[in-house]
Amino acid sequence: MIPRDALGYLPETPSQTAGPYVHIGLIPKQAGFDIFDNNLGEAMVAPATLGTRIRVEGRILDGTGALVRDALVEVWQANAAGRYAHPADRQDGKETDPCFRGWGRTGTDFATGIWAFETIKPGPVAGRAGHRAMAPHLNLWIVSRGINLGLSTRMYFGDEDAANAADPVLNIVEQPERRKTLIARPETRDGKPVYVFDIRLQGEGETIFFDI
Amino acid sequence: MQADAEFVARDPAAHPPALTPIYKTSVFRAPHRPLLSLENSLSEVTGPVFGQNELGPLDADLVLNYARDGGAPIGERIILHGRVLDGSARPVAGALVELWQCNAAGRYRHRNDTYDAPIDPNFGGCGRCVTDAEGRYAFRTVKPGPYPYRNRVNDWRPAHIHFSVFGSGFAQRLVTQMYFEGDPLLRHDSILHTVADPAARERLVALLDLNASVPLHTLAYRWDIVLRGSRSTLFENRLQGN
Repeated sequence: MIPRDALGYLPETPSQTAGPYVHIGLIPKQAGFDIFDNNLGEAMVAPATLGTRIRVEGRILDGTGALVRDALVEVWQANAAGRYAHPADRQDGKETDPCFRGWGRTGTDFATGIWAFETIKPGPVAGRAGHRAMAPHLNLWIVSRGINLGLSTRMYFGDEDAANAADPVLNIVEQPERRKTLIARPETRDGKPVYVFDIRLQGEGETIFFDI
Repeated sequence: MQADAEFVARDPAAHPPALTPIYKTSVFRAPHRPLLSLENSLSEVTGPVFGQNELGPLDADLVLNYARDGGAPIGERIILHGRVLDGSARPVAGALVELWQCNAAGRYRHRNDTYDAPIDPNFGGCGRCVTDAEGRYAFRTVKPGPYPYRNRVNDWRPAHIHFSVFGSGFAQRLVTQMYFEGDPLLRHDSILHTVADPAARERLVALLDLNASVPLHTLAYRWDIVLRGSRSTLFENRLQGN
């Protein structure tokens, strides 16, 4: 049905915006109803999960500085040992954690615009062949009304200065000032580590988004 | 990191650009700076793995998954099926496919939808399934109605179903919309026309599939989804089977 090109390859299906009602399909509870027994991506951490519990939270701001209150955010991260729960991760000497999938999804709150994940701090992951290890980071993916193709970014940790300084991805950012847009501010709240990471879609302080 | 797992770069011409003023909300939500191109690392070629065992028995059947007390949603019953393939036309097995839509009257079950068409008490509007070994997915639902939205004063979305698809790596993550063959609103829709290439727009349109219909019961539409392919690198660190 889909025409192949001259070499026999198929073109990727075009992206379209997730629209304002993305919650119906991906977070039905936030849309206002309960339908599935198992809400995928809702809880990232179980009692037996290894690693330091952290909260990651932030807002998403549009080009006028207004809150984006209808976005959906997904996170993909390594476990505390720095290994992904995926068969392509064959790093030596790092254990998988059967109690940690590494993926979560949430929506920005309709009132406050805040998104948050209760997760664990990931360990460093091997870089591409011949590159240094990557500093601990979260991979984030954002869709919403008005975003035609999901935006990919990374969140690094503001208390990992040495690892961040050596990170092979941060180091390909030509302007040092822009690297700061990928680094979350550490805080302590009720004795628990919290990382605050605001995402600016457009304009001053615009977050770096990746073509991955 | 093995070179054989890397995904081919996205073709910008296949997708809408971020800034598409005909779709007004994009104007303040489009990054102004160019995307920073990143060669794949483990962070991009891996992604969450889902199993059939995580889903309920009715998750892919929108005719039944929110019906109450033996009731059924009002509307044109359809089967919606197809395959998830990659750029080399290989099936993507184990892909989580999720969808959501409005009801036959064009109303979404969402606290922010204020359109005055009625909610259907027997219709939720979401479903999900995991593709089989051949990359096949299938849903049963009712055909969604058109829906007015605030863009220009008289803009109406064509009948459409939103899709969310996971491949094997997070870099393949895709959200899109599927439309129906022959809908005259397709000519007018600002969101569909964020995709500039007419051939690319055609790839978002499901075709009526009488062969897959259930006589005297349910019509069928077929729509295949293509995710990014991976590179079959002949020479990087080692020679690989192609």
